[in-house]
Amino acid sequence: MAYLDHAATTPMLDEAIEAYAATAREVGNPSSLHAAGRCARRHVEESRERIAAALGSRPSEVIFTGGGTEADNLAVKGIFWARRAESPGRIRVIASAVEHHAVLDSVEWLVRHEGAVATWLPVDPAGKVDPATLAEALDDDVALVTAMWANNEVGTVQPVADLAALAAAAKVPFHTDAVQAVGQVPVDFAASGAAALTVTGHKVGGPVGVGALLLGRDVTVTPLSHGGGQERDVRSGTLDAPGIVAFAVAVETSVKTQREYAARVSALRDALVAGVRGVVPDVIYNGDPVDRLPSNAHFSFPGCEGDALLLLLDAQGVACSTGSACSAGVAQPSHVLLAMGNADDRARSSLRFTLGHTSTQADVDALISALPAAVERARRAGMIKSSR
Amino acid sequence: MSGGVDSAVAAARAAAGGHDVTGVHLALSRNPQTYRSGARGCCTLEDSRDARRAADVIGIPFYVWDMADRFHEDVVDDFVAEYAAGRTPNPCLRCNEKIKFAAVLDRAIALGFDAVVTGHHARLGADGLLRRSVDLAKDQSYVLAVLTREQLDRSMFPLGDTTKAQVREEAAARGLSVADKPDSHDICFIADGDTRGFLADRLGEEPGDIVDALTGAVVGSHAGAYGYTVGQRRGLNIGVPAPDGKPRYVLSITPVTNTVTVGPVEALEVSTVSGERPVWTGGALPDGPVECEVQLRAHGTPVPAVVTLQDGALVASLRSPARGVAPGQAVVAYRPDAAGDIVLGSATIR
Ligand SMILES: Cc1ncc(COP(=O)(O)O)c(C=O)c1O
Repeated sequence: MAYLDHAATTPMLDEAIEAYAATAREVGNPSSLHAAGRCARRHVEESRERIAAALGSRPSEVIFTGGGTEADNLAVKGIFWARRAESPGRIRVIASAVEHHAVLDSVEWLVRHEGAVATWLPVDPAGKVDPATLAEALDDDVALVTAMWANNEVGTVQPVADLAALAAAAKVPFHTDAVQAVGQVPVDFAASGAAALTVTGHKVGGPVGVGALLLGRDVTVTPLSHGGGQERDVRSGTLDAPGIVAFAVAVETSVKTQREYAARVSALRDALVAGVRGVVPDVIYNGDPVDRLPSNAHFSFPGCEGDALLLLLDAQGVACSTGSACSAGVAQPSHVLLAMGNADDRARSSLRFTLGHTSTQADVDALISALPAAVERARRAGMIKSSR
Repeated sequence: MSGGVDSAVAAARAAAGGHDVTGVHLALSRNPQTYRSGARGCCTLEDSRDARRAADVIGIPFYVWDMADRFHEDVVDDFVAEYAAGRTPNPCLRCNEKIKFAAVLDRAIALGFDAVVTGHHARLGADGLLRRSVDLAKDQSYVLAVLTREQLDRSMFPLGDTTKAQVREEAAARGLSVADKPDSHDICFIADGDTRGFLADRLGEEPGDIVDALTGAVVGSHAGAYGYTVGQRRGLNIGVPAPDGKPRYVLSITPVTNTVTVGPVEALEVSTVSGERPVWTGGALPDGPVECEVQLRAHGTPVPAVVTLQDGALVASLRSPARGVAPGQAVVAYRPDAAGDIVLGSATIR
């Protein structure tokens, strides 16, 4: 199989699996006072320090969560509630139009249920936010600003430091979803100027279901869940020591190897792009050619439906993604591609190929050899649809 | 794969038979919300999940194809328009003709597949003839009789030689959790089963007269002629009793005058039925009258008849009169056969 969907999830690193298994064999609730508890707590706290060191934060700023989605929800809703509690007029949320659904739907939920007002920052055709639009949107009534570090569909890297600086100058907390960025591009929480940052385990070679919100010490959030008061009273629930240990190993390793990884994988990605262009000359390469994740290649195939191409490539053992799919699998045109100014059919004709730490030239070759027949068939199927 | 037991077992059989099978669930609801929240009726999130789970158990790829627009244009809008024109459509038949064995089939062929497999209860053997299922109570050859030769040649119905009870047993034996899922009965896009309410929402109320065919007298009123079907007895709300004291039935619906005509049961009897847009798949086109049986509605009792094809129409002379023949339904001609009655052809009753 040629697995070209690492942005959806990437294989766990061997080190992470071993660390997980070793910790899972031990007993102990990190909140317990006895020796077993202390041992588990040591694992968790060491992991916190390793993650903090790798991502440029203080250990106390690391709030473990059950993954990226929870961290995004906690940041968006928690910061909104806390800021509004301080000053009832702060009801506006500024967010980029290309956020992951974990942020997008959280903001929309606040609009529907909490009287929030959303301001969506537009993006240019490459998917990038212009900081000037944020400068214009900032005002006294803003509860928070959220803009992702790198986009999960088209791989565009946002000018996060500029956006964070503008928000900081206006004394508004800035959250960034860095789920796709960590391990791919340099990510330093302190240097970024962000007040909160989301990271998740399973995109960096750690386990699914564990992640963190890096939360500046002076930023208050209202908790989403209540209970034992773990994690600064912000995120209750027994800490998942094996998951956290494996997560820390993965973050540390992926950050440590980021430069050589990026060099190797971007070369492979460039070969993929060249190969796709070679066999499908009219393909459109989406996203920013420069400010882009090294692992991401995203195309529109004119005359094809992404869905049909995915099915055909899957049948040839090539795994890729159309971007956003809802739970029952009815593909909606991607809000990211629409926000980039594309028409519905171009959005629907797109496919994402993402590389990762296990990718090889053979994966790229498998795609390039399966693609021409798949495109031809998908075009035939596309024609039927439009001819009726 | 609808999420029901039949299509799951059909897929499993096709895969077990050595075919390279891909499961497809059709998203037919235009409101994508249904797919997130799971309303009642067909095409719900739950059905889609059941279908996906079945595909996973069988070990085949699974995709959802969004056919909502086509389904609405070709089936739902057609359904409403047919009622508005005073006819009684069969949407399952239309869905087979336009969606499952047209839109889906065409797309599949373009993508490189050879055929569409469904869980319909009907037999389609190597001789290319469409026959009734061995399970006569579940037989669905009537709603497949609209398919043309080209469509049948690209279809597979692996369940025709199996009773429904056996299908359920087999599903359980194969570890398919849909084994005891209840059958779907109603029209899938009318979740609450209230067809009249569904039509009223779309066509509005249009009060008119109910007229007695014998006396010509107005004997009642209706809120919309589209709410009636030829042969219907219940729900007429006729204030004036018939002179002979016998029940009255809907004889005809006249949209132009918005009139529903009623009369005694004998007046319902017809001995000739003619249908338009005939399809003939039971061998070469006949050049003379064909002795056969005709079925005039889903689950209707077959009636001996002589069928001729003339001037683009199918005309059936019934050996004994039939009642409740509703325009819009299909007339399907069968040749009785020990190996399963053979579908000869079909047409839409006018
Ligand atoms: C940008 C982004 N944010 C958030 C998430 C959700 O993270 P998780 O799967 O850990 O909940 C993802 C992963 O799909 C993502 O790509």
